[in-house]
Amino acid sequence: MSTNRLKGWKEIPIGGLIPEAGNSAQYETGGWRTFRPVVDRDTCKNCLFCWIYCPDSAIQVEDAKIKGIDLKHCKGCGLCAQECPAKAIQMIEEAKLS
Amino acid sequence: MGKPVAMTGNIAVANAMRQINPDVCAAYPITPSTEVMQQFASFVADGKVDTELVTVESEHSAMSACIGAAAAGGRVMTATSANGLALMWEMLYIASGNRLPIIMMVVNRALSAPINIHGDHSDGMGARDSGWIQFYSENAQEAYDNLLQAVVIGQEKEVRLPVMVGMDGFIISHSIENLEMLSDEKVKEFIGEYIPHYSLLNIKQPVTFGPLDLQDYYSEHKRQQSEAMRAAKPVILKAGQDYAALSGRKYGFFEPYRLEDAEIGILTLGSSAGTTRFVVDQMRERGIKVGMVKLRVFRPFPVEELQAALGHLKALAVMDRCDSFGAAGGPVFSEVRSSLYDLPTPPRAVNYIYGLGGRDLGIPHIEQVVEDLQKIRQTGKIEELITYLTVRE
Repeated sequence: MSTNRLKGWKEIPIGGLIPEAGNSAQYETGGWRTFRPVVDRDTCKNCLFCWIYCPDSAIQVEDAKIKGIDLKHCKGCGLCAQECPAKAIQMIEEAKLS
Repeated sequence: MGKPVAMTGNIAVANAMRQINPDVCAAYPITPSTEVMQQFASFVADGKVDTELVTVESEHSAMSACIGAAAAGGRVMTATSANGLALMWEMLYIASGNRLPIIMMVVNRALSAPINIHGDHSDGMGARDSGWIQFYSENAQEAYDNLLQAVVIGQEKEVRLPVMVGMDGFIISHSIENLEMLSDEKVKEFIGEYIPHYSLLNIKQPVTFGPLDLQDYYSEHKRQQSEAMRAAKPVILKAGQDYAALSGRKYGFFEPYRLEDAEIGILTLGSSAGTTRFVVDQMRERGIKVGMVKLRVFRPFPVEELQAALGHLKALAVMDRCDSFGAAGGPVFSEVRSSLYDLPTPPRAVNYIYGLGGRDLGIPHIEQVVEDLQKIRQTGKIEELITYLTVRE
């Protein structure tokens, strides 16, 4: 919801309740990230293990191939790098990338 | 009029629960509240209620199960005392924060250590900031009446808060008194059908209870809780009026007694009100203009209403059956005195800590309070701000 104006106490459901399903995409967890997954395209076999394991559905896939990482939602947990059989994903500190 | 019966406070409360017929009760026994759930368990076993009774392994689990059942959309009740309430602490805030109108009978008892199983208000008063509405009852009749009204108040759309109803351990919980019960049908009609605002079991509208709430929205949700307490005030009064129409017994935030022309007054809550009322009558016969306020609702605290009721007094004694160690007096005193601060000529207010661990508060003790108040009224001077009544030097 970061692009919207934050709502006042009269406008939101009571008790922190979320009265609808499937809206976690609106919560951009990318801001939590310290380490960013960087895919080495030459080593990647497109097995999509990373896509299966990613808890935030942040691995973007097109035509059965990795297209990129959704950095608005990737928390930098490193599960993809851990699970990658080809060791094609490296976790690089954000500070060194920018 | 209702049916006159003779029963202990605990059995009266269990009968109120039978008439309420909650969907779920999760409880763990602790003296002096044990008898409530023991009797209620008999009602469950005898098929008198449709309640799912969950016998859990601790009070923390009892409140946790209540929270789950309430989030699932059920009408939920439990009972506890003292250390049992203390063990629920974490979950009390989760119940109120999630805005689940769980109803809990708290049979007020002293907290350990040293271990003591008798009546005082340390348990309930310790939970005064947990976001629960709080009632205190003078006798078994009030405990019964308060519990029925608690159901109606907590579930109201703009309130949606859990409610604790207190009664003094042993003094009320284990003494047999006469009281009137409403018929089962009248209770059913009074409490109405429970319609949860959201329910985990409503698969047509999936919801999430208790998600992460960080710097961006937590403050707004706490502000909502504060507003719900304010909104509860007219709801409490309305429930009291509706209940009076049904029972003939009137309930407000507090009960003033011979207060209108009084010069000095005593504010108390719970079972001590009976003894205080007796002393007030005796003193009145001697021409001493003393009155009493029996506080019933501690949360939401009736600031403006107490200002209006107490403002004309010259001197006021506030009775606390609980100490707040290192504070500016007991919990009731702190709030009452703070409420009086904005009055142009507030009464001189003093505090008496009394009756801890079930210590008797007798007629001579209250006579001493009246004597002290007379002195304060005459001299305008306070010798002791906080007095430990019923304590040996």
